[in-house]
Amino acid sequence: MMVRIFTALMALMMTATLSLAQQGPLRIEITEGVIEPLPFATPNFVAENGSSAEMGAQLARVVAADLQNTGLFREIPASAYISNVTDFGSAIQYSDWKAINAQALVTGAVNVSGNSLTVKFRLYDIFSGAELGNGLQFQGTTEGWRRMAHKVSDAVYSRITGEGGYFDSRVVFVSETGPKNKRQKRLAVMDYDGAGVKYLTDSRSLVLAPRFSPTGDRVLYTSYETGFPRIYVLDVGSVQRRVLESGEGSISFAPRFSPNGQTVVYSQATGSNTDIYTMDIASGRSTRLTSAPSIETAPSYSPDGNSIVFESDRSGAQQLYIMSANGGEAKRISFGQGRYGTPVWSPRGDLVAFTKQSKGRFHIGVMRVDGSEERLLTASFLDEGPTWSPNGRVIMFHRETQGAGGRSTLYSVDITGRNLRPVRTPEGGSDPSWSPLQK
Amino acid sequence: MKLTTKVILMMGALSMAACTNAGKLGGGAGDGAFDPNAAGNSGVIAGSASDPASTAYFQQAVGDRVMFEVDQSSLTAVGRATLDGQAAWLLTNADYTAIIEGHADEQGTREYNIALGNRRADAARSYLVSKGVPSSRMQIVSYGKERPIEICSEEACYAKNRRAVTVLAGGLTG
Repeated sequence: MMVRIFTALMALMMTATLSLAQQGPLRIEITEGVIEPLPFATPNFVAENGSSAEMGAQLARVVAADLQNTGLFREIPASAYISNVTDFGSAIQYSDWKAINAQALVTGAVNVSGNSLTVKFRLYDIFSGAELGNGLQFQGTTEGWRRMAHKVSDAVYSRITGEGGYFDSRVVFVSETGPKNKRQKRLAVMDYDGAGVKYLTDSRSLVLAPRFSPTGDRVLYTSYETGFPRIYVLDVGSVQRRVLESGEGSISFAPRFSPNGQTVVYSQATGSNTDIYTMDIASGRSTRLTSAPSIETAPSYSPDGNSIVFESDRSGAQQLYIMSANGGEAKRISFGQGRYGTPVWSPRGDLVAFTKQSKGRFHIGVMRVDGSEERLLTASFLDEGPTWSPNGRVIMFHRETQGAGGRSTLYSVDITGRNLRPVRTPEGGSDPSWSPLQK
Repeated sequence: MKLTTKVILMMGALSMAACTNAGKLGGGAGDGAFDPNAAGNSGVIAGSASDPASTAYFQQAVGDRVMFEVDQSSLTAVGRATLDGQAAWLLTNADYTAIIEGHADEQGTREYNIALGNRRADAARSYLVSKGVPSSRMQIVSYGKERPIEICSEEACYAKNRRAVTVLAGGLTG
C-alpha cells in the first residue's frame, strides 16, 4: 500500500523537524544531505504514436527534476533499470524495480496529435506492490507541455507527502544586469523552475518588488517611471499597466494584494513619515491604517484577509507587528536580537517569513504568527525578500554577493532550512513573488 | 546673506547668462546620461564652476550633498553647514527648483531603505525651508539602496552612499 512510502517520508520530515528543535530557535540549520531522499524512477513516458517519443522523454525529465529538486526524492538513473516500461497498460515488474531499490515508480504515456497533447500517468508504490492512487490524464496543447509535466509532479508529490504541490506555478521577479552603480532592472515572469522567462517591462525605468495577485493574472509593482516611486498594476497576459494614484507630493511603494485581489495594501511617504494605507483598486479610494511618526512598511495580508503583518521602527529598530486589516492597535511579534523586515504571511496562515539582520549578516527566517519558534533558514552577506511556495513548504528569496562585483541571484530553501539551491535565471534576479498553483 | 555678496553673485549670474543657459539646455553630462535606468545622482552639470550661478558651481563649490550616519536621518553639523550654503545659493538663484534625492547604503532591506532615504531627503528639505527656501521650489524622492555611487561593501563606500543630494532643475529661461 501507500503506507510505506508515506511513512518513510513522514519519518524524514519528522527527523528534519526534530533536529531543528534540538538546535534551539536561533540556530541556523543548513545540514544538507543528512536525510536520505526517497529513491524513485521515472522512465520516459511511453509514446502512443510515432510523433510522441521526444515529448515522452522531455516530460519524464521535467517530472524527475521537479521531484529531485525538492530534496525529498532521489532519482534512480535509467542506466540502472532492469526492466523498462514500454506499455503504459501492462503490469509492472515490481521485483525489477525493487531490485534497484526504487520505492516509487512514475509511469506515463503521451500522445501528440498536431497541436494537442494528452498525458497520462500512474504512480506505483514498489515495496507494497500496488498503484498509489488512480491513473490521471491531462489534456492540453503541445505549447503547454511543461505545465502538464508539472501537474504530474504535483499529483505525485501530493500523493506521497499528503501536502499540496507547488510545481505548476510561476514566479514574477526583477531581472538585473550591470554593476551595482549602473544596475538595469526589468520585470520578468517565469515558471517556478526558471523555465520560460518572459519580460514584462523594459529597463528604462527602475522597477522594484513585483507581487502576484491571488489568481496570478495581475502584478503590482513599484516603478520610477515618473521620476518618483509609484505603484502600478500590470496585466500579465496583455502586459498593459496603469498607475494607482496616490496622494500628491508623496511617494508610494511596497504594494501587495489582499487575498480577494480587490484591495492593495502599501506604504506611502508624506513628508518624512512612511505609513501603511490600503486602496480599493476599482475605485481608487484609499484608507490610512497607521499614523505613527515612525516608518511603517512592507505590509502583507493574512490568508483570511483579516490581519496585516508589517515592519515598523517605532521601537527604535525594525521589528514585526500584526494589526487588524482595518488598522488600529498593533501587536509586536518579533523580539530576538537584530532587525526584522519584509514579513510575508504563509499561505497556510501558520508562519511569517522575514528578513533578519543581525551582527552584519542577513538571514531568511520563519516564525509562528505569535512570534514563537523563530527559525533562521539561511545566512549570508545579504539575503532578502522571502516569498512562499503555494503549499507553504518552500521559500524563494534573493541573495546579493558582497563587494564591487556583487550580483543578485534567486534561491529557494525548505522551511526546514534544508535544500538551499539557486534558481537559474538568464540574468541576475531579485524580489521574487511566487504565484498560487495555476488552475 | 550680506547684500554685497548677493550683488556680486547676481552680477556673476548676469555676465555668464548665455553660456549658462546653453549648458543647462544641453544637459546630459551626468551619471544618468548613458544609463537611463541608473539616473538620479548628479543631475545636469552645466556651465563652469567659476560661474557662481551655474549648477556646476552649486555642485562643486556649494556642495550638493549631505551625508548621514548609519540608519540615521538627522543632519550632522557638516551637513547643516552645507545646507546653509545651499539655502543661500537657492535664495540668490531663485529661478531654480530642486529635487532632493535621499539614498541609503546597502545594509538594509529594500522597502525600509526607501523610507529611510525619504526621511533623509525630507530632513534636508525641512532644513532648507527653515532657512527661507520656499517649499514650493523643492520636491523629495527616495531611491533607497538602489543608486549607490560607491560599490564596495565597506564603510568607506557606505558612508558616501548615505546621502541626500540636491539636484537642480530649471534655472534662467530668458
